[in-house]
Amino acid sequence: MYDVLIIGCGVVGAAAAYALSRYDLRVAVIEKENDVAMGASRANSAIIHAGFDPEEGTLDALLNVRGCAMAEELCRRLDVPYKKNGSLVISFSPEEDAAIDRLYARGVANGVPGLRVVGYDELHEMEPNLTPDARKALYAPSAGIVSPWDYALAMAEVAVRNGTGLFLETEVTGAKKSEEGWIIRTNRGDLEARYVVNCAGVHSGEVHDMACPHTFDIIPCKGQYFLLDKSEGAKFTHTLFQCPSKVGKGVLVSPTVHGNLIVGPDAVNVPDPDDTSTTAQQLAFIKRAAAKTTSAVDYRAQIRNFAGVRANNSAGGFIISFGEKGWLDAAGIKSPGLTAAPAIGEYLAELLEKDGLALNPRAGFVDGRKVVRFKELSSEEKNSLIARDPRYGRVICRCETVTEGEIVASTRTEIPARTVDGVKRRTNAGMGRCQGGFCGPRVVEILARESGVEMKDVLKDKTGSYILSEKL
Amino acid sequence: MKEMICITCPKGCHLQVDETTLTVRGNGCPRGVVYAQNEMTDPKRTVTSTVAISGSFLARCPVRTTAPVPKGKMKELVALLKEHTLVSPVKTGDVVIKNVFGCGADVIVTRDM
Amino acid sequence: MRDLIIIGGGPAGLAAAYAAYEKGVRDILIIERDAKLGGILNQCIHNGFGLHRFGEELSGPEYAGRYIAMLKDTGVEVYSDTMVLELRPDRTVCAVSAARGYVELQAKAIVLAMGCRERTRGAISIPGKRPSGVFTAGAAQRYLNMEGWLCGKRVVILGSGDIGLIMARRMTLEGAKVLACVEVMPYSGGLNRNIVQCLHDFDIPLYLSHTVTDIRGDKRLTGVTVMKVDDRRMPIPGTEMDFDCDTLLLSVGLIPENELTRQAGITISKTNGPVVFDNMETSLPGVFACGNVVHVHDLVDFVSEEAARAGSAAADRIFGKLPGESAVSVLTGNAVSYTVPQYIRDSENEKAVSVSFRVNKVMENVTIEVQGKEKTLCSYKRAHMAPGEMEKIVIPRVLLKNETAVTVAIKE
Repeated sequence: MYDVLIIGCGVVGAAAAYALSRYDLRVAVIEKENDVAMGASRANSAIIHAGFDPEEGTLDALLNVRGCAMAEELCRRLDVPYKKNGSLVISFSPEEDAAIDRLYARGVANGVPGLRVVGYDELHEMEPNLTPDARKALYAPSAGIVSPWDYALAMAEVAVRNGTGLFLETEVTGAKKSEEGWIIRTNRGDLEARYVVNCAGVHSGEVHDMACPHTFDIIPCKGQYFLLDKSEGAKFTHTLFQCPSKVGKGVLVSPTVHGNLIVGPDAVNVPDPDDTSTTAQQLAFIKRAAAKTTSAVDYRAQIRNFAGVRANNSAGGFIISFGEKGWLDAAGIKSPGLTAAPAIGEYLAELLEKDGLALNPRAGFVDGRKVVRFKELSSEEKNSLIARDPRYGRVICRCETVTEGEIVASTRTEIPARTVDGVKRRTNAGMGRCQGGFCGPRVVEILARESGVEMKDVLKDKTGSYILSEKL
Repeated sequence: MKEMICITCPKGCHLQVDETTLTVRGNGCPRGVVYAQNEMTDPKRTVTSTVAISGSFLARCPVRTTAPVPKGKMKELVALLKEHTLVSPVKTGDVVIKNVFGCGADVIVTRDM
Repeated sequence: MRDLIIIGGGPAGLAAAYAAYEKGVRDILIIERDAKLGGILNQCIHNGFGLHRFGEELSGPEYAGRYIAMLKDTGVEVYSDTMVLELRPDRTVCAVSAARGYVELQAKAIVLAMGCRERTRGAISIPGKRPSGVFTAGAAQRYLNMEGWLCGKRVVILGSGDIGLIMARRMTLEGAKVLACVEVMPYSGGLNRNIVQCLHDFDIPLYLSHTVTDIRGDKRLTGVTVMKVDDRRMPIPGTEMDFDCDTLLLSVGLIPENELTRQAGITISKTNGPVVFDNMETSLPGVFACGNVVHVHDLVDFVSEEAARAGSAAADRIFGKLPGESAVSVLTGNAVSYTVPQYIRDSENEKAVSVSFRVNKVMENVTIEVQGKEKTLCSYKRAHMAPGEMEKIVIPRVLLKNETAVTVAIKE
């Protein structure tokens, strides 16, 4: 019997688990995939939004601004790559100039700090690689960029360290009211809890409907992206949005926290919430759309393209409320869900407390996290680390300078890496321009050795994504 | 006239062979003539593969035939190599199978391991 | 201060080391990121190496083995399992290894011999899902030839580069079914002999002017769509062919690996390799480059030749023999996509200079011309030229005497 059972370990589920792990509660998270952050949390713009976008007075606006304010300190504490690079919403026409002013007013009303409208000269000085068509912009210095999967992972890891149960490859198949709460049916047996928190992302509608009357629809909305080499990331400083217009929200161009460049997304509703395929047509559209912002991007330096599916919903905003007694939805968490997540986590804890769940501080709660990133160390630090553990002297991923020591460490955390992509999300190995061409086989070897399995049992990503088929 | 590409060396000369007289044109060197005539009568290929090795830094040791073997025997040869396991150390040139299929070619190791 | 540091212990680094040694350099250090010398040759177990250099047909490991044997007892030092993290303009190399930790070493001369990497799915933007089962041909080759693992059973190969062709044969012989080799260009990117002995011999169809337009599978690859492309390389609707396969191998080109080169501020050419003089010296005096880090070669024999030139020039630099000041630019003319070198300086001891280049289309019965300011300086006939085949001409230096720039062009 759990006090709280969280369904889904994306960034929202992880934030909920992190918030609740401070209290003396029995909490578990179930996740249908074989790792955390496997849905929209790993395929998004990786932006910490300032909060001028959501309509004023909405819960979305509140949680967005609060989440943005939490990000810097939280990322420092959890050692998550984060940079407060600021964002610019750029106008390209007189009509958009007016929209920029409206956005400014909304941002001020939402409590976004430091907002400022910058004129042509200042804008082009801030970002020399914009097209001359860029007229003016809304500058939000509080906006940032983050490693989204690491954000989720870090929060989940601290939760697990403080007693939260994490059941991977555990998929909800049904829900039944019990005397004291809920019985959640899964492919791996039943779990009982006083409270259930539904953080199932694009699947949060289906999960809600297992327990509650149908009150909303999830409208899966796919967004595709280009990721480019660091040569391109270096051309920009801020996250560059296009002013939203009648035609659409436009695409963004932004450096990532790892120094690459991200360009996208489009927004296309898709019937299948798990449809993360990219298409030539939409990728071409994104290139064309981004050309309005800049013509300085060299797409020959692209290193991958990918798609994520947003949990847009029929209610419009975030759906954070009790659907039934003991059933709390954090459903349809679309953009700016990544930004809002830590605030959502705390808000969920508040709602549970109001409903009667006692939040007594957990004795011996250990917060924080420290990750060794060899590349970032000084030469003295590098040397003393190698002297302690020579595996930090063996570079496995050439493009991102990731050592065997870091890869081994990633397999020994609270939520150990078990797949090649799991290693990639935790260490950056394979994320660079060769996309694992050189280091892939060696990561497979290390994973097999560290987890005591055969090389053929090492997966690339999701369950079933085997890499090797037959030993000679 | 049969057209073929000489595979004797990476240059890849375009050859024309007369099916009846076996006269060859387009060759850049005399080896092209030999290749083309063999290709018309008894095509042969050098086979390269690997053999299991124990006690070394890798699981497989590269090997090749010292001369081309009949083209039809390639798969059979690769299958035959599965029956062998070498023990480290081996030297480049060590014979794994002597006179394979009685066709005059040996299978030799191509890396010191 | 060391005399010579060579970054990379593949065929280029080995040949550069040997040439420098032969010229009298005794303090030579090769830094190799892998555990063993030989570089990519160690996974190239097929034959065809060494015809020019050794007059024999060797396997890749055998070819590397020859050089490793030649360096035995020369006192050339090797730091294996050592990764170079940074190259500074003052010729300081920052490297890290388990054995020695983080070190900074300065040298009188440096030879860059880091080789190249494979283009990936992302680089060519194949849309679709992202299941497992999509490999670069080289990664699949490493798994198969060094680790002994077959990465799939039903295979489609995109790109007709040599590694892809070689892997088509290799995987077929090990029991996989290779369904097709797909090439976006109207001609193959690999050597003719490999089309014959790797595809024709096993009845593997080659689809020229086709490309992969979709990748399917949520976990492991389940299939790909192949479409014919028009002359702008855009897929033609209605030409879709679906292949059920568990593996897609990519052999879609190689890119010189020049991150260190860029870091040091060395000028990079449009081939993605450093701009070099005829002695393989880069824009940074004392830093030389050779092999696939400069431009991608078809034959290792020519890598060795180029590397020997770099090693020998590095020795000259170490012994204070500096090249001439004035340089003749080598420009690209009709149908020539690049040349190496891009600049030729005076040399007292060499009567001729060799220039390598590639053409950008398939041509028959043409003439290569080296054009000077006022006239064609020399010309060379070719029966057949193709982008997949690197060309080499040798220009007598005496012809360059009164020129500041020459153009290499193809007269069709």
